[in-house]
Amino acid sequence: MNTTVANTVPTAPTDFYCVQEPPAHNGTLVGFWIYLMSDCFIFASLFVSYAVLGTNYAGGPTGAEILDLNGLAVSTALLLVSSVVFGFAMLAMQKRNKGAMLGWLAVAGILAAVFLSLEVREFLHMIAEGAGPDRSAFLSAFFTLVGTHGLHVTVGCLWLIVLMVQLARFGINDANVRRLQCLSMFWHFLDLIWVGVFSYVYLVGVLL
Amino acid sequence: MNSSTSSQSQTAPHDAHAHEGSVKSYLTGFVLAAILTVIPFWLVMGHPIDSRGWTIFLILALAVVQIFVHIVYFLHLDMRSEGGWNMMAFVFTAILVIIVLGASIWVMWTENKLMMPMAEHGQNMHMSMPDK
Repeated sequence: MNTTVANTVPTAPTDFYCVQEPPAHNGTLVGFWIYLMSDCFIFASLFVSYAVLGTNYAGGPTGAEILDLNGLAVSTALLLVSSVVFGFAMLAMQKRNKGAMLGWLAVAGILAAVFLSLEVREFLHMIAEGAGPDRSAFLSAFFTLVGTHGLHVTVGCLWLIVLMVQLARFGINDANVRRLQCLSMFWHFLDLIWVGVFSYVYLVGVLL
Repeated sequence: MNSSTSSQSQTAPHDAHAHEGSVKSYLTGFVLAAILTVIPFWLVMGHPIDSRGWTIFLILALAVVQIFVHIVYFLHLDMRSEGGWNMMAFVFTAILVIIVLGASIWVMWTENKLMMPMAEHGQNMHMSMPDK
């Protein structure tokens, strides 16, 4: 209204853009978080295609016939414990305890590797039974979604191995702390996605 | 289970590492996540509820709750993390994901419901092609 009166120093426009400096000291963590959010979109679109195609069995096996809930319970427990164990590794990092940190990281990595081996075994078993990704739209969507998550876990394991070597050789320095904070977010994020996978793809898929 | 760190679980955030949590936050998150995982498995494997629709609704509701448990106790997202930028990006993503998921499922289910059943001999698709 009366902002034009005595408007020698215009202050209003500063409300519309960032007047503070972005957090430069941990800009990598913000950037990595934004990457994880973009990864959310990948998984969201794969969840959508499963939601749309999930009952198009094309005369092939249904979810209730091929999805193994006992194996799923083991996989879910492995990934959840792995996530918590990675958290303990980050707490050891806060205390600058390199030995404990490497130990926790190794446990987290082994749990994830067992998770992956169970997933690969399940996939091979399904393909051998003629329920591969080429059988029906339901199975295409299933393999794409669960396989993409598995690929992420595989890359996470490779990344973990690289960072464990870095940590063993160069210790807990600033660069390694930053990298491990990123991997920690990645690791917890994959467990979060798995909550959606086991709830919607498996548990709901068995009921449909 | 963790003798070296559980003895001093206070871990005061002496430096600006609020997003790194404590033993207490990880164990709280673990217990909550385990409970929220066991309940949907029991719903499917134990068949305590006859209604399939309600079972599916409960599974999805528990999954949403568990996702928030993971975000709070494992990813340590709060208004302060990275000066609020993480929260801003997360809220933006959550809104778009809800739109993508909800709207796509709504559109496709409605389309399936409204679509006329396909006639035995097709809808004369070949006749709609332009004459050349």
